[in-house]
Amino acid sequence: MPSPLIQMHSVRKQFGEGVVAVDNMSLTINQGDFLSFLGPSGCGKSTALKMIAGLLPVTSGRIDITPAEGSSEQDLGFVFQEPTLTPWAPVFDNVWLPLRLAGISRKAAADRIRRALADVGLSRFEASYPRELSGGMKMRVSIARAMVTRPRTLLMDEPFAALDEITRMKLNNDVIRLAAENKLTVIFVTHSVFESVYLSNRIIVMAARPGRVAADLTVSAPWPRDEGFRTTAAYAEECRRVSIALKETLSESDIDH
Amino acid sequence: MQSSSSTPRHLVITWLKGIVAPLSFGAGLLLFWQFAVTWNEVPHYVLPSPARIGEALMEDWVTLALSLLATLKVTFLALFFAITIGVGLAIVLTQWRWMEKSLLPYVIVLQVTPVVSLAPLIIIWVGDINTSLLICAWLVAFFPILSNTMLGLQSADHNLVDLFEVYGATRWQKLVHLRLPSAMPYFLGGLKISGGLALIGAVVAEFVAGTGGVGSGLAFRILESGYQLRIPRMFAALIMISITGILIYLATTWVSWMFLRKWHESAVKREV
Repeated sequence: MPSPLIQMHSVRKQFGEGVVAVDNMSLTINQGDFLSFLGPSGCGKSTALKMIAGLLPVTSGRIDITPAEGSSEQDLGFVFQEPTLTPWAPVFDNVWLPLRLAGISRKAAADRIRRALADVGLSRFEASYPRELSGGMKMRVSIARAMVTRPRTLLMDEPFAALDEITRMKLNNDVIRLAAENKLTVIFVTHSVFESVYLSNRIIVMAARPGRVAADLTVSAPWPRDEGFRTTAAYAEECRRVSIALKETLSESDIDH
Repeated sequence: MQSSSSTPRHLVITWLKGIVAPLSFGAGLLLFWQFAVTWNEVPHYVLPSPARIGEALMEDWVTLALSLLATLKVTFLALFFAITIGVGLAIVLTQWRWMEKSLLPYVIVLQVTPVVSLAPLIIIWVGDINTSLLICAWLVAFFPILSNTMLGLQSADHNLVDLFEVYGATRWQKLVHLRLPSAMPYFLGGLKISGGLALIGAVVAEFVAGTGGVGSGLAFRILESGYQLRIPRMFAALIMISITGILIYLATTWVSWMFLRKWHESAVKREV
């Protein structure tokens, strides 16, 4: 029986007196889910993610997060669309940041920082500055920083949208591996049907204006997955199914794309 | 393979362009000046030759050097207070919006009022001449640091602000680990401007104070030389002020480069 981790109850988000970004969104996200929010621009998927992270207050409704047992450390990792690194600090210090804010000294955090960097294959770059790294490497640092607190939940807001296809595929595999090894619950925002199917075991298709849940789909292929999955008939079939759901949503939303 | 931009020949050419070219131009200008003054027999009380200015500098070296020290003391103290009060006030004004709304208009009034019109009042009110000079120079120097640092503190990347929110950072942590480092390039830009302005402020204040018969800075030496028609000495003092200004600019540029060289686009050398 899956245990619920995050529950959204009739959540609505309106910015000022204007745009309703999310309306009447109810959703239960279970522990261990790899869930993608998929939808067109402006459908409120990033807003929903930021509300779950506590970065935006809900206008009405409620979001309940089951507290972690016996852990006072940061329970949530967040990876933004941009790598969002501090350019004045080397890679090591960027990964240290969440622990530093929690009052953990550089020395006490060193082992964990090195392990997080090793997990994303950047051990040799701990003294480099962000400007010396490629886009993909910067995103790996961002993932290492999110993982260094050993969170239960990883929130990712279109993290690979700006990367080339090859780098994106590699990072997709890294995220699956990290999620499987650490038994993470991942909420992943994306525009890409292919990415959402490859990564997730559950896809929430969202409709726009106002942002709402249009379909809640399960990807039944075995998880964790590897590169081989991309060339299977099951992958193609799942992509077709999700694409149809997305297309229906777009025609209902009555917006130009 | 060695790129053409890093060959010894190329490096020498770059060095020549960077250092020798401006020095040669200056030397040529001095030679022309010397020649033009001598050839046309221009009186030294109208335009002295560079050699004559050099002589005046040698003759009056001790007096001028002491005056330079007095001006430098005011300049650096003013710059020190411009940095501490400018940065301190920028932090206070950006942390509390109501403080910004309450205080900033008056800070701007102080900035836009010409220091020459305030200086006599400050001298009368404060009494002590050195403190008066310091206040005048500080008034001129502190605003670029204040406004630039405020801009920098408000320019932290919004995603990074969100990241700090996610990790439950306190206001103090956001200030120390995010806003102050973000503001560093802006502050250093302000410092470059304020370094020169502190000197200008000190000299202007000395001029105003000098009219009251008190003063030992370089500006007073210029006034004194003007009254006595010792124009070469006047030029010598002027040149000392100019060189001091250039050195201050170079020093602040170096400080800026030291802080930013590893990460900021303005200081990082691009590979070609």
